[in-house]
Amino acid sequence: MRRQEAEIERMRQQEAELERLREQLRLWEEAFGATPTREALFSASSGIDVEPLYTPADRASGQAYTEALGVPGQYPFTRGPYASMYRTRLWTMRQFAGFATAEDTNQRYRYLLDHGTTGLSVAFDFPTLMGYDSDHPRSLGEVGVCGVAVSSLADMETLFEGIPLDQVSVSMTINGPAVILFCFYVVAAERQGIGPEQLRGTVQNDILKEYQAQHAWVFPPEPALRCIVDMFEWCTEYAPKYNPISISGYHIREAGATAAQELAFTLRNGFEYVERGISRGLDVDAFVPHFSFFFDVHNDFFEEIAKFRAARRIWARFMREKYGATNPDAWRLRTHAQTAGVSLTAQQPENNIVRVAYQAMAAVLGGTQSLHTNSMDETLALPTEKSVRIALRTQQILAYESGVPNTIDPLAGSYYVESLTDRLETEALDLFRRIDEVGGVVPGIETGFFQSEIAESARRQQIEVESSRRVVVGVNEFTEGSEEVEIETLKIDGSVVERQRQRMADLRAARTDTDVARTLDELERSCTEGNNVVPSILDCARAGCTLYEIRHAMEKTFGSYKEPVSF
Amino acid sequence: MSSEERKIRVLVAKPGLDGHDRGAKVIAASFRDAGFEVIYTGLHQTPEMIVNAAVQEDVDVVALSVLSGAHMTLFPRVLELLEEEGAEGVLLTGGGIIPKADMEVLARAGVGRLFGPGTPTSEAVEYIREWFSTRAERV
Repeated sequence: MRRQEAEIERMRQQEAELERLREQLRLWEEAFGATPTREALFSASSGIDVEPLYTPADRASGQAYTEALGVPGQYPFTRGPYASMYRTRLWTMRQFAGFATAEDTNQRYRYLLDHGTTGLSVAFDFPTLMGYDSDHPRSLGEVGVCGVAVSSLADMETLFEGIPLDQVSVSMTINGPAVILFCFYVVAAERQGIGPEQLRGTVQNDILKEYQAQHAWVFPPEPALRCIVDMFEWCTEYAPKYNPISISGYHIREAGATAAQELAFTLRNGFEYVERGISRGLDVDAFVPHFSFFFDVHNDFFEEIAKFRAARRIWARFMREKYGATNPDAWRLRTHAQTAGVSLTAQQPENNIVRVAYQAMAAVLGGTQSLHTNSMDETLALPTEKSVRIALRTQQILAYESGVPNTIDPLAGSYYVESLTDRLETEALDLFRRIDEVGGVVPGIETGFFQSEIAESARRQQIEVESSRRVVVGVNEFTEGSEEVEIETLKIDGSVVERQRQRMADLRAARTDTDVARTLDELERSCTEGNNVVPSILDCARAGCTLYEIRHAMEKTFGSYKEPVSF
Repeated sequence: MSSEERKIRVLVAKPGLDGHDRGAKVIAASFRDAGFEVIYTGLHQTPEMIVNAAVQEDVDVVALSVLSGAHMTLFPRVLELLEEEGAEGVLLTGGGIIPKADMEVLARAGVGRLFGPGTPTSEAVEYIREWFSTRAERV
């Protein structure tokens, strides 16, 4: 009886409190309405209208704290994938780098490691990304220009010379021919005396977003997905510490998507990989824990923070409720983040340092596990050593001076951030339904659904900027000083192509042709017979087959991808 | 038909292996909105494929989007092939991550204006209109 009375009294107080809030809000609205509003775009990238004020009345979903947020390291992981987050270990400061030949990039890696970077991230050149050797005619003009050229095991060995692959975790951004570069990497480690069970690191290997946004593909979707599941299978058994996929929203966003589209397309792609693995007969609790993610971190500070939080909650819920995972590691979304390249301006490039700093802070407040900060000169060329150092120092200032990592998920409970988190979740669920309506991810790619959604968003943003509705400092406002660009940029020296051709010639001369032919034949057989391709490609790598030779052998069965062209 | 009535025909092309087509698609849509006839090649085109398309489609302008750093190879090669095909009257222009010094070298070789990051699309539209009207006067 006494308990019931206490409960009634509590509810009465709540009601009174709500009444006071209503009254305060009424007064505030009056005062707010009486003052003029500044001429500006008050909306987040996703077109979400941002209210001038958020209060306890704005938790749209009405979900209880324990259900929607909980504690870090526990379902639904909204507040972070790990219990102790940055109190135990800061995020990995991982700078994406690669240019010219493997020798040149190896030097840059050693420089980065000497300056306190804690993980490596390989940027390959376009020929490598597309599966062409440096001496292939299609590689004309692009060898070593936008990344490092790796055409064989020999190049991969040189790339990591003197870098112990059991101690440094390496992330490789490669997708179309991912399985081939992964095999080069495994054998390069083997030559250092390191078995695959000791390898830590990640290969991007996310082909779906290639068709949707980044466009470095080789094979059509079905055989490409088969190779990806082959890697899940192989890694689960032989390289259990390695992440065989990094499901990436970064490129989707850079191509023009809004935060909500990035969130939804990325997670939906992730579910596609889960379903493909399940269809193969793999155990969801065994292979999904090795999935990692990669998100962009753009200008809208709070929207970005909310995006990371919403991503973790949606992933956890789908993995537990829809896919029946019981291993918490399968529920836990771990992610890398990179500041938004597309937000950088060629005008007054030093301003980019400031943009990157805000974005980096948003990534950390969002609870990222690793972070790449862009260099200020990246709209002009590949970054110089100096600008890379500033980008890394930006992370170190954030980590050691700002106090931001001291407490876990410090913005939880912010009426605005929680409301945005809920809102982005709702937007993502709506987009999942639209993807289902077009028949799922692969049909959506084949009919150009994702591509035109992204292109439309890009066009809308361009119009906002050109009409000056959206201000870009130094571009459409505050342009004084935008004319002179006087920063030093990196030049790739012209000898790269020659040096790379020489390396290829040396390789072809040193290897045993019969081994090359035999391993390529075996690979072709694996492709046609539906065996796991990884063991065959490892043998090809050991025999000195080149990237293009291996690609070509696979293409005979798999064919190549043709995009649906539209704009 | 007088030149005022004829629509300006533009081929927007992505040469090389670079997959960054955000700019190419945005500019293609802007050209279309400006009333040009636009043909977009799609990705991963060789210079030969681009010039073939330009000749077959009888375009006035070829606009290349290059963000890969391969501009010093790709622009001269397309220019050379256009000349070989007797299509030297076609304007070769474009945009991307192209340092100013390189733009000057390419301009001396006969390439039209090149547009860097942050350029309003209207600037490229105006440039092409102006080029087309002065060409019509010459013809």
